Amino acid sequence: MAKVPVQFTLNGSEKAEFIDSGTTLLNALRDKIGDTSPKGGCHQGTCGACSVIIDGELRLSCLTLAETCNGAAITTTSGLAEGGVLHPLQRAFLDAFATQCGFCTPGMIMAAKVLLDHTPNPSRDEVVEALSGNICRCTGYEPIIQAVLTAARANSQNAA
Amino acid sequence: MELRKSYFADVRKDDLHEIGQARPRSDSPGHVTGKTAFFADRNFPGMLHLKMVRSPHHHARIRSIDTSEAEKHPGVVKVLTAKDVPHNVYTILILIQVGPEDETVLADGKVRWRGEAVVAVLAETERAAQEAAAKVKVDYEVLPAVFDMEEALKPGAPIVNEYHGQNYYLYDSGECRKVRFGDVEAGFAEADHVLEQSYQSSPIEHAPTETTGCIVVPEGNDRFTCHTNTQAMFFTLDNTSIILQMPGSKLHFVGGTVGGGFGGKVDVIVEPIAILGAKLTGRPVCFVYSREEEMQISSPRAAEKVVIKDGVMKDGRIVARKVTGYTDAGAYSRHSPYGAQKGAGHYPGPYTIPNVWIDTYCVYTNRTPSSAMRGFGVTIGDFALEVQMDKLARLIGMDPLEFRFINAYRDGDMKAHRQPTEGAALIECMQEASRAANWPVAEKYMAMSSYVKGT
Repeated sequence: MAKVPVQFTLNGSEKAEFIDSGTTLLNALRDKIGDTSPKGGCHQGTCGACSVIIDGELRLSCLTLAETCNGAAITTTSGLAEGGVLHPLQRAFLDAFATQCGFCTPGMIMAAKVLLDHTPNPSRDEVVEALSGNICRCTGYEPIIQAVLTAARANSQNAA
Repeated sequence: MELRKSYFADVRKDDLHEIGQARPRSDSPGHVTGKTAFFADRNFPGMLHLKMVRSPHHHARIRSIDTSEAEKHPGVVKVLTAKDVPHNVYTILILIQVGPEDETVLADGKVRWRGEAVVAVLAETERAAQEAAAKVKVDYEVLPAVFDMEEALKPGAPIVNEYHGQNYYLYDSGECRKVRFGDVEAGFAEADHVLEQSYQSSPIEHAPTETTGCIVVPEGNDRFTCHTNTQAMFFTLDNTSIILQMPGSKLHFVGGTVGGGFGGKVDVIVEPIAILGAKLTGRPVCFVYSREEEMQISSPRAAEKVVIKDGVMKDGRIVARKVTGYTDAGAYSRHSPYGAQKGAGHYPGPYTIPNVWIDTYCVYTNRTPSSAMRGFGVTIGDFALEVQMDKLARLIGMDPLEFRFINAYRDGDMKAHRQPTEGAALIECMQEASRAANWPVAEKYMAMSSYVKGT
């Protein structure tokens, strides 16, 4: 099968790969580039475990063709910590016991990051709405909601 | 959280420092940074993908299987049928002598539920494996199927599983697990009221976000490394050893990181066939359920039916309880004979009842095999029992919490299955619940104790 070139930045680094046409961004990231932080939970756009940020917008990488991402800036959860220091959302998830099995966590953090990037001081309802595309089967969601609200408060205190 | 230290103050040490303190989870840093390695977060050069051809029928004889077109499909490396599996008929609990072996790794001559694995296709890509699987031709003769437990137990019902010979698991106690304590009929005769109710539940899928799967790598030393998300590493290793007739020393299982299990990943399903595929091709093999397979193929919690008949006195004492429980195993045993047996021990509930009669049946039907899920064997029973308790309290016009205090088991009470009660704390839990929920009960119940006689 003819290969298609794709080139984008992943967490600030230039990446270029030849892929089979039709390869999803999820598979390109995991199998070609080696970033396994986005997870494949359903491969049909219903669970949110594969969520990534493409040019500032939340996207399901299992429904995004890699070849449509040429020139894009892609962020995944593996790229959030800077210099070994956790992102406030990562710290808040850790402190709030918002992870159990951990499989939904990278996608949850992506969804939460896009929310806080657009809405720094969200209401609880806005947090619930922002996470509504991400399924968690362990926590019952409450610790995750609390973690996002805590991270938002930490951000606003730092800004003040 | 308020820790009330007055309970059991004289029977426990009071030097506990950890309870009430938050301690970081050791796995959480990996989760929040995306560094936790789940089984699928590995990639091996030359890895093959395994896809199953599955039965479209609930019950059918297999007249013939034609894999010739699938084998010619571009990218296909190997096609496996029942004859390739060294010890094809197995049952998980044979490790603890709960037989007979009743389930096929790949269907041999018959399918007993819709979705049963018939042919395994190994190919260079997932897509090639899927396309080739669609080219396998299986000629079925559809047989009558039975989906309802009570229908399955009637004379003349289609036999689901010939390895059992009848549609129930034959315990050493006979067609069901039995508990007999006191004289239940005398209890009903003495009771002021008798209430018989029937409770039913549907199968429940665990729906973990990570689907069931494994990746197997043939090593240079003739061993196989199996990266798996099983919840039952050693059960799986030992069963694989039996199925593949391969010493356990050839098998190296790597796991413990499970993307949600809830009991849904304790069956031995993906590993043996993936290891066989790796052995016969000499290449790494990935077998991971699609979301559809996770929802339709993996074992759910068993459907149950519970019939409870209670005799109760006007003063609140339950004097007789008769329970008939049915656990729908589906087509194969897996963990269900154990679940049904647990129910037999559990059905009196945490209550002291002088006359008890329990029968629990593990029933075979042409439904998806059921298995473990969070407290299987007792969870549905507890639902039924506690709804029944509320109905009994209403029947005699008593507060439902006070009604439970009257019947609560206490240290020294003999349980129906002949285990004396030790370390009971139901009364103290209910006292605390009464306070926390602001549901007051009479002072005499607040003065009761699980372990001080005469309170």
